[in-house]
Amino acid sequence: MSEARTAILAALRAAPPRGPAPAPDFAVIGEKRWDAPERVARLRRAMAAVKTEFLDAGPGDWPRVVLEWVQAERLPNLLYGPGTAEGRALAAAWPAPGPGAPRLLAYDRPVEAFKGDLFGTVAAGFTTTLGGLAETGGLLLAPGPAEPRLLSLVPPVHLALLRADRIFDTLLQAFRELGWNREPPANALVVSGPSKTADIEQTLAYGVHGPKRLVVVLIN
Amino acid sequence: MAAEGDGLAGLEVDFLGASTRALADPQLRRNFRRAMDGLMAKRAALFADPAEWTRLRALGAGIRARNLGRLPELLETLERSLIRNGMAVHWARTPLEANRIVLELLRARGATAVVKGKSMVSEEMGLNHYLAEHGIEALESDLGEYIIQLDGEMPSHIIMPAIHKNKDQIARLFSQRIKEARYTEEVDELTAMARAVLRRKFEAADAGLSGVNFAVAETGTLCLVENEGNGRMSTHVPALHIALMGLEKVVERLDEVAPLYSLLTRSATGQAISTYLNLISGPRGEGELDGPREVHVVILDNGRSRIFQDPELAATLACIRCGACMNHCPVYTRIGGHAYEAVYPGPIGAILTPQVEGVGRRHELPHASSLCGACAEVCPVAIPITHLLIRLRREAGHRLPGTSVAGAGTARSGLEALGWRVWGWVLGHPAVYRCAAWCATRCWRLLPAGLPGLRAWTRTRSRPLAARRSLGERVRRQGVPRV
Repeated sequence: MSEARTAILAALRAAPPRGPAPAPDFAVIGEKRWDAPERVARLRRAMAAVKTEFLDAGPGDWPRVVLEWVQAERLPNLLYGPGTAEGRALAAAWPAPGPGAPRLLAYDRPVEAFKGDLFGTVAAGFTTTLGGLAETGGLLLAPGPAEPRLLSLVPPVHLALLRADRIFDTLLQAFRELGWNREPPANALVVSGPSKTADIEQTLAYGVHGPKRLVVVLIN
Repeated sequence: MAAEGDGLAGLEVDFLGASTRALADPQLRRNFRRAMDGLMAKRAALFADPAEWTRLRALGAGIRARNLGRLPELLETLERSLIRNGMAVHWARTPLEANRIVLELLRARGATAVVKGKSMVSEEMGLNHYLAEHGIEALESDLGEYIIQLDGEMPSHIIMPAIHKNKDQIARLFSQRIKEARYTEEVDELTAMARAVLRRKFEAADAGLSGVNFAVAETGTLCLVENEGNGRMSTHVPALHIALMGLEKVVERLDEVAPLYSLLTRSATGQAISTYLNLISGPRGEGELDGPREVHVVILDNGRSRIFQDPELAATLACIRCGACMNHCPVYTRIGGHAYEAVYPGPIGAILTPQVEGVGRRHELPHASSLCGACAEVCPVAIPITHLLIRLRREAGHRLPGTSVAGAGTARSGLEALGWRVWGWVLGHPAVYRCAAWCATRCWRLLPAGLPGLRAWTRTRSRPLAARRSLGERVRRQGVPRV
């Protein structure tokens, strides 16, 4: 172990001992509870306020809703993770390649073999989510082998599938119920809108580095 | 003089001169006034319920006090957890040590193109400058940081680094410094220009550097809070991610991040939630197709373990870097961030900088406050900033027994000490005091306004008027004996 480590820890241990501090009481957050329709309404309100778009869909027809939206927006392609059940459902509903049909691209190679396309030609990325947040708005994502980290970041449009019955009251509740507070995935994310900045004169501008548009496909 | 690459501690400072120049710049004052008014209003709207604010703040303050109470233990736990998660941990006592660690990591991997997410610790280290001297370009990717890097400036605010510039100034800067840029004052277009330039840099970068908002000891998780997505780009696109953190950033459990994060975004920018909360608990794992191959965490001390020695001053380390204290500070709002000549401006800088660089060298900073208490009132973790300012004023001139403050007592002024002794002696001798009071009330008006001590005051303020008769005299005249 390094000399710096030993010296720093020794210096910290040399300080006068602190008395025991009381365990934190999270009641002020735990009290925040809403019923199911209010959870959906709050999430929509908060996320729409920061320019998130919503598409309503049913549990069976959401792949068609996604396809129609991509066609209506005239996007040339959509990148997805083929390793999830939702990814397979999307692929099954997608039309065969042909003139005018948007292409469904699978993120199935290491990024090193794919970076040029990812940064250059991919028009949109599709991911699932683990749920949402009612208090503040926000989507919970755990990228991994099935849905790589850059899928929700690099393409200019991010389409995210959210089940209305998976909206948590608060971030604290989500941390606990998803088990992130015990064993977090290598990467976990909360996303509450499209990329934005107010660094120039506090004027809000969207799409600075991440996606310019965030579209939530909400399964009611 | 500090060694090259050892942060800012060696630079010459002149707070009085810098703040005087800032006050004389009407554009700068307009830019700050406008920005601070906006930030204060947005924050207030997000804490509209005083009962919730009080309870949430008590929770945040309690968590930070508890974290600091177990600091060495939590740092060891953090190190174990990070290593268990496949990340590497490095410790640095000084900015120079931290700079060398980063340079070594980059060189060993042949990395020459580096993108940076926002990191105040890297500003403490003077990292960009150090790397540039060793042939490595570290490009800031946070829009505000990118703007000031183009202009060769330091951040003037810890959250909004380019807050001192208005869009005309940024438009001119972009049209001069970005090759393909054309002059525009449209914020959306300026943002799009930066996006275009930086996307190419993200794609090509060999390594990404970032700060850390919270490091969770139990789970070995680095929490990064941002709106732009540049932090995610910097930490997930390049093959190497180096995260820089001050040693006070550690919290015990992920649960604790929930209230601290809420306090942070609401206090900093008046947002209920930031666009992204990025929780990193490992490099690219088995079967993953992207993400960094290696994650290294550099834990920097830079005076923090010394601050930690003093139970009162250690509260400085509870700070979660929201910037609310500066947004609400009447002094900061008027002189701006650069006048502090430090990485951390405003009230938090006025207590932190003297403790890091020496309270003698930076003795003016604790006086850059009217002690109005706005900073302490809005601090989301209830740091008693005003008390600490007063404590440091005292430490600067008096070496208190058992003090651990860097440079304590070194700003002692012989003239000031003499003044206080005379004052004390006069007060201890009633006859002398009465005589002095009689003279002062009669002769005050006769003093020429050009008198050196008086002139410094009267140049920008009206002259204070002494009463024609002292209070004691007036009471005695009314027949009250023995006062």
